[in-house]
Amino acid sequence: MAAVISTAGLARTFPTRSGPVEAVRGIDLTVHEGEILGFLGPNGAGKTTTLRMLTTLLEPTGGAATVAGHDLVADPAGVRRVIGYVAQSGGVDPQITVREELVTQGRLYRLPRARAVARAAELAAELDLTGFLDRKTGALSGGQRRRLDIAMALTHRPTVLFLDEPTTGLDPGSRADLWELVRRLRDEHGTTVFLTTHYLDEADALADRLVIVDRGTVAAEGTPGALKLRYGGSLDATLQDTFLAVTGRGPSPADTAPVAV
Amino acid sequence: MLLHDTALVYGRYLRQSLRSRFALLFGVLTPLLYLLFYGPLLTDLPLGGQGSSWQVLVPGLLLQLGLFGALFAGFTVILEKGQGVVERMRVTPVSRLALLLGRVLRDATVFVFQAVLLVLAALVMGLRAPLAGVLIGFAFVALLTVSLASVSYALGMKVRSPQEFGPLINAVSMPSMLLSGLMLPMTLAPAWLDVLSHFVPFRYLVDAVRDAYVGDYTSAHMLYGVLVAVGFTALAVTAGTRVFRTAGS
Repeated sequence: MAAVISTAGLARTFPTRSGPVEAVRGIDLTVHEGEILGFLGPNGAGKTTTLRMLTTLLEPTGGAATVAGHDLVADPAGVRRVIGYVAQSGGVDPQITVREELVTQGRLYRLPRARAVARAAELAAELDLTGFLDRKTGALSGGQRRRLDIAMALTHRPTVLFLDEPTTGLDPGSRADLWELVRRLRDEHGTTVFLTTHYLDEADALADRLVIVDRGTVAAEGTPGALKLRYGGSLDATLQDTFLAVTGRGPSPADTAPVAV
Repeated sequence: MLLHDTALVYGRYLRQSLRSRFALLFGVLTPLLYLLFYGPLLTDLPLGGQGSSWQVLVPGLLLQLGLFGALFAGFTVILEKGQGVVERMRVTPVSRLALLLGRVLRDATVFVFQAVLLVLAALVMGLRAPLAGVLIGFAFVALLTVSLASVSYALGMKVRSPQEFGPLINAVSMPSMLLSGLMLPMTLAPAWLDVLSHFVPFRYLVDAVRDAYVGDYTSAHMLYGVLVAVGFTALAVTAGTRVFRTAGS
């Protein structure tokens, strides 16, 4: 399988008043074509920073990465043309109608006006939003909003779709719909999906392969089954046990350091 | 592409402004109050310049409109950051310069529209000024808006909350207004205040517009005003675009 994303030592350091903070120390990972990759890790592990680098929102301070054939540092504009991104917060103005947001998004991807209007209708049909086209996005339910966010990210038929905690805050029905949608995207369009989540059942059910990051580096990777065998002791282990074994449930060295008085 | 992208972003935000017509008119209220309740106080005072007191006051009010209005433009980008709209656009191939230009040109449109309303009201109050001078005044309002709104968006992208943003802007806008002689010409000031005011860029703009309002288009004030306005605008747009390119670091 061809690699759609590959990174080598991808790193990001933030300058702060108390000295530089290494949010991401060096990520090495490969994502294959048509794969659904679950990107897991405790809060502060560097998940979002990595995602923001891979989507060109944040410049790396070290390492290299290629996304769908485009070098992340040398050709961010090329990367932008082939990726779709859904932020945790979504990305629509509540005062604007679904139709206007979809058409604007098409135009941002440089579709001619008539083509952008047609594409908006296609996307609405595909994501079950046709009945809501003239509604303001602020009036949509959580699940409808999420489908709209994804429709916007699919405007230009991206090779890779990045989803940042896509089901946070959704009710169980909407969550199941979204899982179905992600699978359909991969099966019907061959879209590669890179998703972060805090829900381990979601990672277990949806992802072909998992990458667990901790303290800014990759701590473990493999299929859910392989990780359970290696870190949980058996295939019957829960992903929760596996996750805790990888990231270490005991106190970290920082927690046991003597307290200055 | 830059033109296409700028037009697209401009259209989006102009429609946003038109949706809140009330706010569009409300912006002109403060300078209008000055015009009605402060302007008449000046009519018999010796202000030192040529022309009537209205030719001194109205240029100041025009720039006050731009100063206070445009400096607060960044508030909207703080909201948009929270909604994820800014990141959603930055992930598309859209030009980073267009993300800024589309917004600041919208602001320039809104403030020139308000400036026209203000001048119409001033005509009723007694202002008489050459048409060319009035048009030059609008051009300065547009440049001032583009530069200050660029600075404001850059700040809005940097701060985390509206609570941080307000005090920051007030700390800039109040001294700028007092030190640039918007309300009364700085030629009335004691020497130290006059000297100090030359370090505030808006001083040059207001002097230039006052000259334009009395038909003096080739004065040294006009030259300095144009140089400062154009230079400040170029700097502010460059800085603002940089923030839209690298935001989040």
